[in-house]
Amino acid sequence: MLKIEDLHEEVEGREVLRGINLEIGPGQTCVLFGPNGSGKSTLLATIMGFGQFKVTQGRIFFQGTDITNMPIDERARMGIGMLLQRPPNVVGLKLGDLVKAASCEDMDVNHLAEDFRMKAFLDRDVNVGFSGGELKRSELLQLTAQNPRFLLLDEPESGVDMESIDLVGEKIHDLLYDTKQCGREKENESVSALIITHTGEVLKYIGADCAYIIRDGKIRCSGRPMDLLKEIKDKGYGECIACRMVKI
Amino acid sequence: MQNGEDLKTKAKEALAKKGAFGKDFELDRYDAAPRDLSPVDDLSEISDDVQKSMVNVGILPSGEGRSGSMLFMDNSVVHSSTRKVDGLEMMSTRQALAKYNGLKEYSWRLVSPDKDKYTARSFLEDADGYFIRVKAGSKVEMPVQTCMLIGSDKKAQEVHNIIVVEEGASLDILTGCSTGKHADESLHLGMSEIYIKDGGKLTFSMIHSWGKKTGVRPRTAIQMGANAQFVNNYVLLRPVDSIQSYPVAYVNGANSSVKFNSICVSHPGSEIDMGSMAVLNAPGTGAEIVSRSITMGGKMIARGRLVGNAPKVKAHLECRSLIMKEQGITLAIPELEASVPDVEMTHEAAVGKIAREQVEYLMARGLTEDDAVGMIVRGFLEGGIKGLPDALKQEIDEAMSSANLGN
Repeated sequence: MLKIEDLHEEVEGREVLRGINLEIGPGQTCVLFGPNGSGKSTLLATIMGFGQFKVTQGRIFFQGTDITNMPIDERARMGIGMLLQRPPNVVGLKLGDLVKAASCEDMDVNHLAEDFRMKAFLDRDVNVGFSGGELKRSELLQLTAQNPRFLLLDEPESGVDMESIDLVGEKIHDLLYDTKQCGREKENESVSALIITHTGEVLKYIGADCAYIIRDGKIRCSGRPMDLLKEIKDKGYGECIACRMVKI
Repeated sequence: MQNGEDLKTKAKEALAKKGAFGKDFELDRYDAAPRDLSPVDDLSEISDDVQKSMVNVGILPSGEGRSGSMLFMDNSVVHSSTRKVDGLEMMSTRQALAKYNGLKEYSWRLVSPDKDKYTARSFLEDADGYFIRVKAGSKVEMPVQTCMLIGSDKKAQEVHNIIVVEEGASLDILTGCSTGKHADESLHLGMSEIYIKDGGKLTFSMIHSWGKKTGVRPRTAIQMGANAQFVNNYVLLRPVDSIQSYPVAYVNGANSSVKFNSICVSHPGSEIDMGSMAVLNAPGTGAEIVSRSITMGGKMIARGRLVGNAPKVKAHLECRSLIMKEQGITLAIPELEASVPDVEMTHEAAVGKIAREQVEYLMARGLTEDDAVGMIVRGFLEGGIKGLPDALKQEIDEAMSSANLGN
């Protein structure tokens, strides 16, 4: 579904990604670990196409199409959706209007927002004065309206209070699996995801198929998500990477 | 008090006096627009063209949901009607002058005939317009709508309006000003004198939509008693040649408040010089001036002046402007003046471009760049202005969706 070949990228003249190779198949969920500043968020933002991230080498394919130079909105309409770690404030724009604009069909925005405990926020300016948990719920509400086939989630659990974490987890689960009200079987296999997490908290709510560790702009290691998480927690990134030395 | 002859002499002398701001218009080039257009009983009898122009500036020909309607076309009162609303009075200014012995208390008391050539011309031409009064204690629920339309090309429309909101009364006025299809190169001179007495409340919302070559010189002053409220909403989104306006509110009674909101878009070739001034002469009074503007390649000047002359005055001024296109020029001139120590007056001004980060955020939700910019600009223009009437919001939405905001 997503294939990245030898991706080099720079921000304001500084090279951040230094040859990333990655492939995520339909229905696959992959987790991205890595220390702060390793290039995780940059990779997600580059896949989404945000302008400050300049690809200097390599290519990104989505469903077989080269999207390396494709405008952001076209990528979104192809089915890529992103939860931003720190989404910007948009003063004057009501959240309800944005959710409506993002939804692909006639959707009952009020009803949907109720599910996310965000109904009272529909009349508020997008992200302005939202708490950590409210920001994530707002992002997930927008994503659900958008209904993407490929999810880029940048630290979905960070800054979320205890009360909201279950809701955030469930909504990510729903986005991935189109969960029915009763029975949690995987109904739609085609939704894929690339998720950044530091704590692994999100893995309590979804299953992940693979994990990568990124450091200094390169993927250094891969493995089973829970195994890698345990090693990172036990030994820290340095030792974990040195220990495995898996060539990707 | 000066007599009529004195004023006339002064006005004649002022005919050569250029306005303090804005480009100069040679008044000799503009004959007075017709004064003798035939009146109609019902606004729906007016030609489709004119009705369309009215709708574009928020005026409903059906008069539905309005307490009264007035259409002033060229220099003629073409229609004036009110529902049976207690305490509401509306007629042409000339009728009112005749009926009330020259309205000596109100007529040409706030706006000086010799202020500049535009006031002088309007005074000397004995400009007509509307007189609206709400009697003490009357609360007019539905708004009154007034429309100033120029139908003749290369002509001057001279308007003299007087609004009186008496003690404890309240009123909303929606006013739309526009030019007809063939009246592009014309001049609008609009004199408005507004009196809000103790405990009175007035919301005055105005949409302007002129021709590309139209010159516009409004001269507006407001006088307020104690515990009075005035809200002025102004929206100008379409191209114009030059508009220069600087309404001033004299807040003379304690605990009164005034609010000026303006939303302007300056298109290529347009020069918009839009100011608001509040002179707070009584204790405990407040003022807020909020200006939002964008330039699409035209010139935009946002002035604001707050004057604190009494203790416990609280006032804030906020000018924000976006430059959307090359060649656009924007100038924010916020001014604060205080003559007593116990005042709290602040201002902020910001000029910049639309944040790329916001545009891309919306694009990541699947919106095209144009749609994203449109939504952000609409939000920018409307944001910070609470209680904007629906007619104004609708005009903003329509104008923004037809404007080419993308790069």
